[in-house]
Amino acid sequence: MDDVHFSVNLVADVVQMWSQPFMVNAFRAGTIVAVLSALIGWFVVLRRQTFVGHTLSAVGFPGAAGATWLGFGALSGYFAFCLAAAVVIALLGGRGSGRHSDESALVGTIQGFLLACGFLFVALYKGFLNGTNALLFGSFLGITSRQVVVLAVLAVVVLALLAAGGRPLLFASTDAESARVAGVPTRALDLGFLLVLGATVAAVSSITGALLVFALLVLPAATAHRLTARPARSLALSVLFGLVAVWTALTATYYSPYPLGFWLTSIAFAGFVVAAGGRALRERRRRGFRRFAW
Amino acid sequence: MIRPGDGSGQPVTPSDDGGRPTGEAATAVIAVHDAAVVLGGHRVWHGVDVRVSAGEFVAVLGPNGVGKSTLLKAILGLQRLASGRISVLGAAPGRTRSSVGYLPQRRSFDSSVRMRGVDVIRLGIDGSRWGLPLPGRVARQRRQRIDELVELVDAGRYAHRLVGELSGGEQQRILIAQALAHRPRILLLDEPLDSLDLPNQAAIAGLVSRISRSQEVAVVMVAHDVNPILRYLDRVVYLGPGGSVVGPPDRVLSSDSLSALYGTPVEVLRTSDGRMVVVGQPDSPVPHDHQQGGD
Ligand SMILES: Nc1ncnc2c1ncn2[C@@H]1O[C@H](COP(=O)(O)OP(=O)(O)OP(=O)(O)O)[C@@H](O)[C@H]1O
Ligand SMILES: [Mg+2]
Repeated sequence: MDDVHFSVNLVADVVQMWSQPFMVNAFRAGTIVAVLSALIGWFVVLRRQTFVGHTLSAVGFPGAAGATWLGFGALSGYFAFCLAAAVVIALLGGRGSGRHSDESALVGTIQGFLLACGFLFVALYKGFLNGTNALLFGSFLGITSRQVVVLAVLAVVVLALLAAGGRPLLFASTDAESARVAGVPTRALDLGFLLVLGATVAAVSSITGALLVFALLVLPAATAHRLTARPARSLALSVLFGLVAVWTALTATYYSPYPLGFWLTSIAFAGFVVAAGGRALRERRRRGFRRFAW
Repeated sequence: MIRPGDGSGQPVTPSDDGGRPTGEAATAVIAVHDAAVVLGGHRVWHGVDVRVSAGEFVAVLGPNGVGKSTLLKAILGLQRLASGRISVLGAAPGRTRSSVGYLPQRRSFDSSVRMRGVDVIRLGIDGSRWGLPLPGRVARQRRQRIDELVELVDAGRYAHRLVGELSGGEQQRILIAQALAHRPRILLLDEPLDSLDLPNQAAIAGLVSRISRSQEVAVVMVAHDVNPILRYLDRVVYLGPGGSVVGPPDRVLSSDSLSALYGTPVEVLRTSDGRMVVVGQPDSPVPHDHQQGGD
């Protein structure tokens, strides 16, 4: 990769980048993951379950480490542990709206224990230490076509579920009591959402690593939430931001010596800061204007 | 189902409705018969008999913790009865959800909720539907219905702002609009006047009464202070420590009936402008007076 240089001719850059099969797979996987995490993340932010999302991602690390140690490959480990943790959180703490304060204590406890397991697996699998960085901070190298297929299948399933249950989920997420009275099965949705979240976090982890899942899961959605209150528009913006972040970060990583996790997080965070700052400015101006008008 | 003539349950307390002819029960949209609820091993209330007909406005009064919210939840089918029966529109509670609008107690959106008033109202229309909302006729009808509801509760000025930024009274109107989205035949409101100033209390009370009359909606409203709704009420359910009384406001909110309920002498006074003041009940004044003059 030392002989690649970014030029002003974007088309030529992209052609050059995509001449590498591993980059094509990285873009495919990144695109799928960006769409998936932007949509699910939008609901995570709405439901204020970002802490649960963080826990699931932290749990993914020992999963991936353990699976690598046992020879199954990191992706299956992410999925197994994230889904299992989602079930545990749902069964133990996910009563009602899934936003109880005692839930966070429980979730934190699980998180600590499983991180410790992760370090144990890393220690047991001595030759694996070099890969620890990728598991924690992400890598776009070595994404196989099979993994892309797995991610695509997952994305199709999750999108279908969201299309079917999006409105009841929105209702249950903003106003659980009224939703329940209106006949929305809020408990089933809580559980279902946690499972989908677990699968999404696993998928995102395979690109961003366990520790930087937030860059895709939360930041694009949080940015979109800040820009508009209209659900449909906000969801669309979230997806757009996720895609821009992933594509830009992959390109920047390819043409620079810095790692993917750094680019992804920085770009997503920059977008968030711009949106939050812009909104604060707009509100200040509106308020100032009102004061004048009075 | 309502089984007429089942008088085996013995109401512990005087109940005005108890002796009504059974034909009355057939027209009732809500019929609570000798119901009791046990929560955490503790009997919250028992022997409650209430019948509410279409277009009636009924208040549920009583001190804190006596089980007023629990009564609404029982009618909604969210709370199981320990004994007795409740029928809603001739079916078991919870079976006729789309015909019942509900406003839970003390619900407010904090400023972090990124939703507009119209989005909240919309949840009442299609928030429980599965599948993707597609553009077309249904979407047009939905928008039209949202406009109707906004107009009905007179929220046009702020329905497009973020709910979290609205005042308590404005949020309450948005939530009432949401509860009315399905054109329910029954409206259950749990302390909707809570934390509102007097003009807003009067306005919401008037609004609910108007909806109840014009759309034949049976309203059951839990209230902390009976005065803002007193003149609209057809019936009062008073839950007390010693049991419950049901009947017209004049009869239930009398010195004799409340004294019997609390088991100690209680005096109900009427001010010259028709407000009620209760004097001498042990705790938690229910129909109490605001010293500031009303409208
Ligand atoms: N899940 C529960 N387990 C045990 N007791 C409960 C439960 N829920 C409510 N209670 C008790 O049942 C009683 C009735 O509660 P409810 O909320 O119906 O009272 P309320 O009349 O609406 O009071 P308020 O005026 O304060 O709203 C209270 O004493 C409450 O402590
Ligand atoms: Mg209550």
